[in-house]
Amino acid sequence: MGIKWNEILITGDPLIVGSQIAIVMTVIAIVGGLTYFKKWGWLWREWLTTVDHKKIGIMYILSGVLMFFRGGIDGLLMKAQTARPEMNFLDAQHYNEIFTTHGVIMILFMAMPFLIGLMNVVVPLQIGARDVAFPQLNALSFWLFFSGAMLFNISFVVGGSPDAGWTSYFPLAGKEFSPGVGNNYYAIALQIAGLGTLMTGINFIVTILKMRTKGMTLMKMPMFTWTTLITSIIIVAAFPIFTVALALMTFDRLYGTHFFTLSSGGSDMLWANLFWLWGHPEVYIVVLPAFGIFSEVIATFSRKSLYGYKSMVISIVGIALLSMLVWVHHFFTMGAGPAVNSVFSITTMLIAVPTGVKIFNWLFTMRKGRIKFTTAMLWSLGFIPNFVIGGVTGVMLGMAAADYQYHNTLFLVAHFHYVLIPGVVFAVFAGLYYWWPKMFGFMLNEKLGKYHFWLFNIGFNVTFMPMFFLGLQGAVRRAYTYSAESGFAPLFLVSAIGSIILALGFAVFCYNIYWSFRYAKRNVSSDPWDARTLEWATASPVQFYNFAVLPEVKELDAFWHMKKRNSGLVLKEEEIEEIHMPSNSGLPFYMAVVFGITGFFLVFEWHIAAAVAAIGIVIGLIIRSFDYDDGYHVTVQEIKNIESKWRKVEGGVKHHVG
Amino acid sequence: MHVEEKLTAETFPASPEKATLEGKNKFLGFWFFLGGETVLFASLFATFLSLRDRTAGGPSSDELFKMSIVFIATMLLLTSSLTSVYAMYHMKNFDFKKMQLWLGITVLLGAAFLGLEIYEFNEYVHEGLKYSTSAFASSFYTLVGTHGAHVAFGLLWILTLMIRNAKRGLDLYNAPKFYVASLYWHFIDVVWVFIFTVVYLMGMVG
Repeated sequence: MGIKWNEILITGDPLIVGSQIAIVMTVIAIVGGLTYFKKWGWLWREWLTTVDHKKIGIMYILSGVLMFFRGGIDGLLMKAQTARPEMNFLDAQHYNEIFTTHGVIMILFMAMPFLIGLMNVVVPLQIGARDVAFPQLNALSFWLFFSGAMLFNISFVVGGSPDAGWTSYFPLAGKEFSPGVGNNYYAIALQIAGLGTLMTGINFIVTILKMRTKGMTLMKMPMFTWTTLITSIIIVAAFPIFTVALALMTFDRLYGTHFFTLSSGGSDMLWANLFWLWGHPEVYIVVLPAFGIFSEVIATFSRKSLYGYKSMVISIVGIALLSMLVWVHHFFTMGAGPAVNSVFSITTMLIAVPTGVKIFNWLFTMRKGRIKFTTAMLWSLGFIPNFVIGGVTGVMLGMAAADYQYHNTLFLVAHFHYVLIPGVVFAVFAGLYYWWPKMFGFMLNEKLGKYHFWLFNIGFNVTFMPMFFLGLQGAVRRAYTYSAESGFAPLFLVSAIGSIILALGFAVFCYNIYWSFRYAKRNVSSDPWDARTLEWATASPVQFYNFAVLPEVKELDAFWHMKKRNSGLVLKEEEIEEIHMPSNSGLPFYMAVVFGITGFFLVFEWHIAAAVAAIGIVIGLIIRSFDYDDGYHVTVQEIKNIESKWRKVEGGVKHHVG
Repeated sequence: MHVEEKLTAETFPASPEKATLEGKNKFLGFWFFLGGETVLFASLFATFLSLRDRTAGGPSSDELFKMSIVFIATMLLLTSSLTSVYAMYHMKNFDFKKMQLWLGITVLLGAAFLGLEIYEFNEYVHEGLKYSTSAFASSFYTLVGTHGAHVAFGLLWILTLMIRNAKRGLDLYNAPKFYVASLYWHFIDVVWVFIFTVVYLMGMVG
């Protein structure tokens, strides 16, 4: 216990008080707006209770945008603080909190929902399915993720943020050295979100293995579907480790156990091992789907089949296996000894091989292709050189002996930003520009998109390139300031300026979303890019049942060949049958609320209240067990009406490529 | 086959759990869930193995563990796995009443196991092994307790299934549910075999 009522709301820091006021104002605005426009019913029926994979995907992506904003502000604050030597903009404690939340939010609440969102929207369409295997579980996944994300995000105004870094190493993250509730937030919010991710993993494995349309064998699946499958398998293999690590952390902090403590026989190295046994595969969980997105975009805009399809698949599987065998390279300096370090050095460098294969496959896909420089393609092109810098510096860090020099410096920070920003963020942007018309029925503005691309790309390099050199000169990570004598000042200033350009790029993206919602042309073809895979074979935005008649696949790039042969594109009336669809359910949303409340009580160590709230979870499970709703049927007439609506206008619409 | 079909003993398929698409999905998804559970328990076992000698002056495993009670618990749980097999046998033969009966016996055996575990934990606490006594104590209670929590959840699950379907009888909608619950029960049993070996036998011998 020991938590005082008057310390629950963080006061005294003008930045945080400002945020509190902003949060209250935003909530009032949202509630007021929904009430004024009488949109509560719409919100409940169309979004909060939906089990439609496309809407769930959009909600994931929306969360990703919001979390990008939050994590980005954290990043900007750090850059402002280190812009000049010995600044007093943030104090050491505040800086600790901000780099911690920046890391957690960007990986788990920005990268993950963006990618899982795109997976949700695209994968069932690519395999010609009507939904995922377990639609209601899918909604539960999203709502648990959202509940965890919100719980984590309120930490900085209610009770205090976690401050032990996104890796939360012990003994620092233990009760002894971090007595506040901040690290309780870390342990519990990530646990709730992680449950959702695990369910997503299982759901997508089953969806891809069992729900593929007729004729789509595994080796005829689009590359994004392949990467989703392998990513899901890594999720199932890796996330339970994190579940355990976080649970043990919770027990250490809440119930005085001795897993990671220094006293009574605990082992702080155990935490590092468990964390990175999950944490390294996690890197591939976010990067593999991104590779899939690039594969789709590059093939489409090179107007060629993906080069080396089989070697791509083998590489993904290889990366997935190796991802489980490299975790020690995150703590070479912990003293596991030269033999152990050597083994993990070699496995680490081995990962460069399948990754290199993929890079060359993308280059060969473009070779002799008729490349269209759309925004999505620009992101893919920008990805390759930037990601190679990240990869090469990764091999440098992978050499255990040399790592003693780089460890814990900004060189490492620059390295993983060069991997994760081109490897994930560029991919997400490429994917959003590419699939936006499929999600909403209108395009993002290509011209604004190019401003977005150039600002972001230049800003990214100006921000992070100097950090390689700072790191080599000895600037350590997570230090809130440095002296003027260190000579770091000029490069830190350049880096801070870069971050502003980066932020401008993101602002253009947000403006682009706004602009497109207001002004973009609505008469867009269902296949504006002249694309290759099945998601483009149906309407934009996609009707709720996806396909009137499930398509039949004969080869890779099925839709491309359907267009070439002009077969299978026209809907035959006699083939239309009733479609069975799952009903909406409020239960996932209810579960998220109960999980969130239970988590909140646990964070503050109010055990009795938490136990009472946890009964609500059990009640939810029982309600689900007694749920007799078996879904509903869409009539043939209804399907005909919906189909004729979009198929009629299709003749007169504008194609953007081709 | 469709979930809502009314079936008789003659028309009931040989593998009712996999007769519908929903059943097939559930069946495969559940295996992957068990895969995740395996990783979860593997992490707990690894934690226990790395901390089991760190008793920090508190009681150690060879001082605490008594074969008799653990052996009885093991027998109870192994038997309950067998009775759940009988239940599934009767499910496949479309004999709903016998299935319910054997599931009921399974639940009773599971509850007895759980009772013994609570009794055992209580004993250890009285002998000075609290949750926070040592790294050994923490990892022991967490590993065995997580298993116990799984048993408790399994009991609740099977009970709700029995009550919820008591009037409905067997069909292709609930057959996969019963089947998957029995899979879960077997999984719990297998984990216990490892706990019995790694925690108790190795704890008493070495």
